Amino acid sequence: MLPPNYKDGMLVPALIYGTEKLINDMDKGVFEQVTNVATLPGIVRAAFCMPDGHWGYGFPIGGVAAFDAEEGVISPGGIGFDINCGMRLVTTNLTVDEVEPRLDALVDRLYHQVPAGVGAKGFLKTTVKEFNQIVERGAAWCIERGFGWAEDLERTEHRGCLEGANHLDVSDKAVERGHNQVGTLGSGNHYLEIQVVREKNIFDKKAAEVMGVRTPGQVVIMFHCGSRGFGHQVATDYLMKFLRVMTSKYGIPIRDRELACAPLKSPEGTAYFSAMKCAVNMAFANRQLILHRIREVFSDVFGRSAEELGMHQVYDVCHNTAKIETHEVNGERRKLLVHRKGATRAFGPGMEDVPERYRDIGQPVIIGGSMETGSYLLVGQAGGAETFFSTCHGSGRVMSRGEAKRRFRGDQLLRDMRERGIHVRAVSMPGLAEEAGGAYKDIDEVVLATEIAGLTKRVAKFEPIGNVKG
Amino acid sequence: MERGRYEYLDDMATADVAFRAYGKTLEEMLIAASDATLEVMLPEPETLEARVKREIRVSAENAEMLLYKLLEELVYLKDAEQLLLRVERIEARQAALLEATAECAGDTIDAEKYVLGVDVKAVTMHLFSAKNTGAGWEAQVILDI
Repeated sequence: MLPPNYKDGMLVPALIYGTEKLINDMDKGVFEQVTNVATLPGIVRAAFCMPDGHWGYGFPIGGVAAFDAEEGVISPGGIGFDINCGMRLVTTNLTVDEVEPRLDALVDRLYHQVPAGVGAKGFLKTTVKEFNQIVERGAAWCIERGFGWAEDLERTEHRGCLEGANHLDVSDKAVERGHNQVGTLGSGNHYLEIQVVREKNIFDKKAAEVMGVRTPGQVVIMFHCGSRGFGHQVATDYLMKFLRVMTSKYGIPIRDRELACAPLKSPEGTAYFSAMKCAVNMAFANRQLILHRIREVFSDVFGRSAEELGMHQVYDVCHNTAKIETHEVNGERRKLLVHRKGATRAFGPGMEDVPERYRDIGQPVIIGGSMETGSYLLVGQAGGAETFFSTCHGSGRVMSRGEAKRRFRGDQLLRDMRERGIHVRAVSMPGLAEEAGGAYKDIDEVVLATEIAGLTKRVAKFEPIGNVKG
Repeated sequence: MERGRYEYLDDMATADVAFRAYGKTLEEMLIAASDATLEVMLPEPETLEARVKREIRVSAENAEMLLYKLLEELVYLKDAEQLLLRVERIEARQAALLEATAECAGDTIDAEKYVLGVDVKAVTMHLFSAKNTGAGWEAQVILDI
């Protein structure tokens, strides 16, 4: 914990979660940035950083901060450029033995059906009017057009739509950047994986069973992506707008231009909140469309319907958002705007917003690891009340992209991974090298740290066998 | 037209890409920064064919924001028109605002034709700067990946 006297202007302490090793390995930027967040007007309780935290813009990645919904601010730097970047997990009733002989075909088909990489376009051609509906209605728009099952919505954070999104708060530029990208993965650390759960990696049988993870050797699909160029442009537009008014109109000192903010209730704050919701909804629709394509591919390759293959969505979580939530602070229920940047909501058992089917066990939390080491399914715990029910989002990088490219070669990595039984299709070989497992923190340690802190509990770990990357 | 040089800075951005761009003139530095941005998405920029031409006009209150707007426009065109562009020539002039016109040439993004790198999501304001050091122009940029 860094107390308020650590830095001038801190209104609350800063709390960093992690094992000794993780905290020792964190870059100095985390300490600087999380304490900057603690100076923002209206911040409640503390500025938090999760165990996968690393240096970001404005907020650190892994940053969590809640602001009073009436008196507090909203900050694009507390959400990130890739608004509603998130994870989705889907089960199958197939085993690894059934999938392995067809793995090449599956990975190839997924690579073609779910476009990835720089400037990739999706299969959905929308008019501007239709795109405006997508950003206001999110995943539901897709379900109504047959791109998914009704149950998918129940198993998506916020049912795949944030209310109050008005397309008029979004620039034409944002629409032009994103309207043809619905149904695309993107690049960088975004991916689509076919994974398997081994018997030793089911840590909580009961919770796993409730989530449809039942059999050792069972195959699941996990993917990671966000709101693409649309969300990136929304963030860029409002960062510039906020910088113009932050000090001159609202008297808030600028410590870091990426920490630009405005009062939530101001005209600028209200417009950004609405535009951000549009990007959140676009990302929900994006992941919904990708799920639809995945179901089509599996159905084609195995000659059975997605229903017969048991391709149920387990859950969809966001890890770059700000949302109005009610939390208890000093014995009082308060309406707060909770920013999570590279952090995942993790509601505990019994909480109202957890879908009924999961209410006894807690909200599912999907944590993407590096493409070589595996990923996790967790559940929220009562102990998460401290962090406004937030936890980590991934493993977090430790090595720069340049260093990774010097140490690893994409084509060599592809062959090495294949020898270890992981089939990869990537648009970019240099991009693949940048995502080597060695460039990331130890995911097991990150997840363990959240369990020790009482934020989330491990349910299962999945190992990759097929991977599609941008 | 003379092109300034650039270097990537590994220590500055773990998850993203940082670079410094230099030029004897403002124009050279602007070209160097646009080259550095292109190379992130196209690691072999010399392979880019000049099949499409675009003119980009930007204006800003100072050189720093002029650079920001130029790079932001290149990122925008990458998604909106699926174009990878190389700035061929650029002319900056001081009017009521500082203005620049960049003549660009490039090609539609095609993963079959080009070795692609990683997508640039945004130009960030983090440690962003562009200044005349007396010996020439120097800019520092971090791109969100």
